[in-house]
Amino acid sequence: MTYPDKKGHFGEFGGKYVPETLMSMLEELEKQFVRLKKSKAFQKEFHFYLQEYAGRPTNLYLAERLSKHLKTLKVYLKREDLLHTGAHKINNTLGQILVAKAMGKQRIIAETGAGQHGVATATAAALFGLPCRVYMGTEDIERQALNVFRMKLLGAEVFPVDSGSKTLKDAMNEAIRDWVTNVRETFYVIGSVAGPHPYPWMVREFQSVIGREARRQFLAKEKRLPNYLLACVGGGSNALGLFHAFLKDKNVKMIGVEAAGEGMRTGRHAAAIASGQIGVLHGSKSGLLQTKDGQVKIAHSIAAGLDYPGVGPEHAYYNKIGRAQYVTVTDQEALNGLKLLSRAEGIIPALETSHAISYLQKLARKVKGKASVIVCLSGRGDKDVGSLKNLNG
Amino acid sequence: MNRIDQAFKKLKKRKEKAFIAFITAGYPNLHVTEQLVLSFEKAGVDIVELGVPFSDPLADGKTIQAASQQALQHHITLEKIFQMVKRIRTRSQIPIALMTYYNPVFHLGEEKFMARAKSVGVDGVIVPDLPPEEAASLSKLARKKSIATVFFLSPTTTPSRMKKIVDASTGFIYYVSVTGITGTSQTILAQQIKKQVTAARRLTAKPVCVGFGVSDARQVKAVARLADGVIVGSAIIRAIAKNKGKKNLIQNVSRFVAQLAKAV
Repeated sequence: MTYPDKKGHFGEFGGKYVPETLMSMLEELEKQFVRLKKSKAFQKEFHFYLQEYAGRPTNLYLAERLSKHLKTLKVYLKREDLLHTGAHKINNTLGQILVAKAMGKQRIIAETGAGQHGVATATAAALFGLPCRVYMGTEDIERQALNVFRMKLLGAEVFPVDSGSKTLKDAMNEAIRDWVTNVRETFYVIGSVAGPHPYPWMVREFQSVIGREARRQFLAKEKRLPNYLLACVGGGSNALGLFHAFLKDKNVKMIGVEAAGEGMRTGRHAAAIASGQIGVLHGSKSGLLQTKDGQVKIAHSIAAGLDYPGVGPEHAYYNKIGRAQYVTVTDQEALNGLKLLSRAEGIIPALETSHAISYLQKLARKVKGKASVIVCLSGRGDKDVGSLKNLNG
Repeated sequence: MNRIDQAFKKLKKRKEKAFIAFITAGYPNLHVTEQLVLSFEKAGVDIVELGVPFSDPLADGKTIQAASQQALQHHITLEKIFQMVKRIRTRSQIPIALMTYYNPVFHLGEEKFMARAKSVGVDGVIVPDLPPEEAASLSKLARKKSIATVFFLSPTTTPSRMKKIVDASTGFIYYVSVTGITGTSQTILAQQIKKQVTAARRLTAKPVCVGFGVSDARQVKAVARLADGVIVGSAIIRAIAKNKGKKNLIQNVSRFVAQLAKAV
């Protein structure tokens, strides 16, 4: 069986938990996406922009010095950080903008945490000459000032959101309110494998180019499949993008790395799956940080892109059936991961990605003998340099 | 037959329309909420919608967002609201529907939620982020306890969805008069409301009530002509906000609500 099912469920997860005003539009979007997915012309156009504009395929780079340092692991990096705009997010925004265009939508909105999705949406909107508004929490606006500036340069309006935790969760609330109000002419470009059906599925389809390339490239280099896949998980789009092409390769182990923030025991973290609770937020049922009364808890992570109390429903499903394993890495460990890759390979990863890099050290201690691993290097760290500078005094 | 069905039956006999008042439970505190509900009966309110505060009220505008946030600051929970309804039931039989986002219900457990709701005297539930497609189990449990499940129709609802929504609704059907969130100020689009309400009525004899963006007596009057009932929320919350901390809060808000109720 392939997932999601017809109602947009991944087992007990996923679905469409939205106000009625959006339901007809979601049905229409699903219908259009099913059609476009099969359309040769659409696929050709999408892959044209991925190749000629975004810079695909990205390299699968053998990190030799890092591997030597880790001893037991042969590490390949899937270089999504080399894409235009500096992260994997552009794969999805190009896809969704083309869907928006096919549906005749006149206006683009998006939410953003780290600003990577906001920049990628503003970029795609500029490319197709569509007006774009990006909702962003005021706390994130402060810690990702560089990306705010980039979005403005690209002609997007950055709309500050001052409610709740002032981060990604609240930006998404506000984007949904805009969408409910302007649904007829507005296309909402969701940045992760989250939200109501068909978004988790559609975003996964656009991002799965990562895994298809990586699988082919790894086979060409190593004449076999890797032992492990490793990626950070906030909403989880880069992870699903890498994992999906390997789903049927039962011997390939998949590991998603969630943000443990200041530590799982402090309660100040963003690990929705590791927290073990299920809930409904922003249109789908999945892992969710919440209080004993069912109020959504504020997430904490040094990485704005992981600072979200929920997670994509497909990840919750893979966790439940045991197809993927989910682990956590703290802020401090992530910072160490960032330094490790910067010095070992001359690549400064984004703070989000640094969670996956950091986990390599734990994995290296666990494996018996030798093992190979593909890490999704989902984004580059330029955007974080400012806040890192403050951190180091 | 629960209190909501009885209320509509009585209104129909008298050829009257329903006035439904929404307030956020626990805003500014539960004591005030309790007093308001009790005063609403005398003010001519036919059904009370009690909003359960939620951290992420994505169907609500600024007014109800702020009320929710303030209620949550003093830790209003579903259980505290159930206990308040129980207290109200010793003094009033006014029909009460809980308007809640789905997560607090899901987190408590649908079965437990319905059992508690029934035992304290709640008559209906309205869940703005739960379309009929995801509501099968909740509807079934509600049916067993004869608690109404109210679903929404909107200006964007297609004919094929309308049937599903009308069938799933009990008590009444909630027509959202604006493409948007609660508290949106607007000119009432009589033609559009009339079109969707008429379409719904072709499918059902269930009452259709109109809410979202209805804020004064003039609008209440206009909308009442087109439907079986009118729902006002944000405007009442604004009246509470204006009178917050004043001794005669209950009196003033109740007077405002009475004016609206009279307009139907």
